[in-house]
Amino acid sequence: MLKCEFSDLGRMSYSAAFELQHLLVGQRKQELIPDQFLIVEHPHVITLGRNGKPEHLLAGEEALRRAGIEFHLTDRGGDITYHGPGQVVGYPILDLRHWRRDVAAYVRAIEQVLIDALQEFGITAGRLEGATGVWVDGRKVAAIGVHISRWITYHGFALNLNTDLSYFQYIIPCGLTRPVTSMEQLGCRASRAEVVAAIVRCFGRVFEREMVQAERCKQEAI
Amino acid sequence: MIDVVMPQMGESIVEGTLTKWLKKAGDRVERDEPLFEISTDKVDTEIPSPSAGVLAEILVEEGKTVAVNTVVARIDEKGEARPAAAAVTRAAEAVKPAPPAVPTVQAQPAPAETAATATESAAEPSEAELGPLSPLVRKMAREHNLDLREVRGTGAGGRITKQDVEAYLAARAARGGAVPPAPAPQPVPATAPPPAPEAMPTAPAAEVPVARPEAPKTRIEPMSIMRAKIAEHMVMSKRTSAHVTTVHRIDMTAVARLRERFKEEVKARYGYSLTFLPFFVRAACEALRAFPIVNASIEGSNIIYHNEINIGIAVALEGGLIVPVIRRADELNVLGLQRAIVDLASRARSRQLKPDEVHGGTFSITNFGSNGSLFGTPVINQPQVAILGIGVVEKAPVVINDAIAIRHVSLTGLTFDHRLIDGALADQFMQKVKSVLEGWSEQVL
Repeated sequence: MLKCEFSDLGRMSYSAAFELQHLLVGQRKQELIPDQFLIVEHPHVITLGRNGKPEHLLAGEEALRRAGIEFHLTDRGGDITYHGPGQVVGYPILDLRHWRRDVAAYVRAIEQVLIDALQEFGITAGRLEGATGVWVDGRKVAAIGVHISRWITYHGFALNLNTDLSYFQYIIPCGLTRPVTSMEQLGCRASRAEVVAAIVRCFGRVFEREMVQAERCKQEAI
Repeated sequence: MIDVVMPQMGESIVEGTLTKWLKKAGDRVERDEPLFEISTDKVDTEIPSPSAGVLAEILVEEGKTVAVNTVVARIDEKGEARPAAAAVTRAAEAVKPAPPAVPTVQAQPAPAETAATATESAAEPSEAELGPLSPLVRKMAREHNLDLREVRGTGAGGRITKQDVEAYLAARAARGGAVPPAPAPQPVPATAPPPAPEAMPTAPAAEVPVARPEAPKTRIEPMSIMRAKIAEHMVMSKRTSAHVTTVHRIDMTAVARLRERFKEEVKARYGYSLTFLPFFVRAACEALRAFPIVNASIEGSNIIYHNEINIGIAVALEGGLIVPVIRRADELNVLGLQRAIVDLASRARSRQLKPDEVHGGTFSITNFGSNGSLFGTPVINQPQVAILGIGVVEKAPVVINDAIAIRHVSLTGLTFDHRLIDGALADQFMQKVKSVLEGWSEQVL
């Protein structure tokens, strides 16, 4: 079974995580490292995918600054989204040539990882036809946005654990006028560590990877 | 012409939206260089070019959704970069100047090499400047005493052909310009040295050369992934560690004699040359065993002592470097180390290292002495705390018992992280390395 190194990096700024992903994507392309699965939590930030619509940002820059929210344009698929404390953000850096060479299947598999993990906490989640993400009773609990370069994935998903959902008022999430929810709002009191452990476990099962804790995620090839 | 198609991104995917062209019609592209981006359900994907050449035609505009295997563009493999005018393109793009006709995409020598060859090439430009030149073109240039830098190449990839030289000569004659033996002084491209003195004497400076596209003063090229990674690591390391270097002179005479004695035998029996490097690795392992803190790393406010001695050996690659790791190096003898070094270095150069062969080093060694360096101050390979830099091993006069002797010596330095290692300890470490090498038992290999 192929290995996938995972590490929970804790709180990390969006731009730092972005740079780290780029670094690891480069190393992965050269096969210097195995597949990677980074888990982080971002400070308040709103990001807009390259094909997103700026009008889905409802607040002006001034309002965002006052609320202490950063704004980034980024190169993932999908529209606008919010990240912040209380969210488990996952960035898999996988070489899909060693998986199924199928980007649609990849997105469905990410959904499956989160559906399985939520089930471990008694939450029955599912998919919504035509609306990528993970949903519970018509409310979105996790968002997905991915970029692929030569079959190497980066960006990933954001699962609301105990996110302050009021921050979503600044945007139309993913351009959809549907409500968001969180595990906490669904009555789950699991800790971040428990949720991360469940996600890692399910990730290994769905992608058929042996999950190993990265010795040091930023360990360099040089 | 090569067709570029909308790729198949998965079994269930029948179409994709072309979201962005990363190149314009008329642009030169390299094989595997990102050419355009597509978007399918929450996934943005960069698509690399299937071939090197010039993007001749863009057939599908940004924003259009097309079926898998639809031809979206054509690449002319033999094409020359040109202004984006004829092909499907937008007006705004035409404003941007096209790349100069002189090919800059040929393998570029390192800056140092450019300087070196440029001095020789004042009279006859090198292929590095102009791309490959045929013997006929070189001969014509010599006979007519002309500077090929002035000739506009129209051949494949901007190459100068016989026809180009003839056209240039005809144009020069038509303007009543200089006849062969009296060449005009040429405007010199920004990077080239002044023309050789003998090219100067008679012709007046007023001679106007044939117009040629203005030579660019700079050339922009994105860093390779490896270069970007090295750049990032070097700065990160300098920012992280308090680098200090201590240099010791090591008498390598005993090792040199041993090496001399076994060199032929080792070559014949094992097929590789015996160098000084494995002796240094062996000595470093002994010293690391004696001073485990040099084999440690820092994490937060903790010191992590590594129970294994895994030694990274810096290997220079074309356009970069990599540090493959000899695991449990302390358990190998000199021959085993030499074999590991030869194996890792050759696989590093052919890019066949496995991921775990460049990870997990606990200490590094760099042998810049093989390039003639006396001593250096290398950058620590994070998260390690020290690196041994080996200076050239050469004969030098040394005072022994008040007499001058000729010995093999090497100035070898330890660059260490002063956050964790104090100067006195670093010097004790080096004394250990020194004593192992200087007192090498002749029986042992």
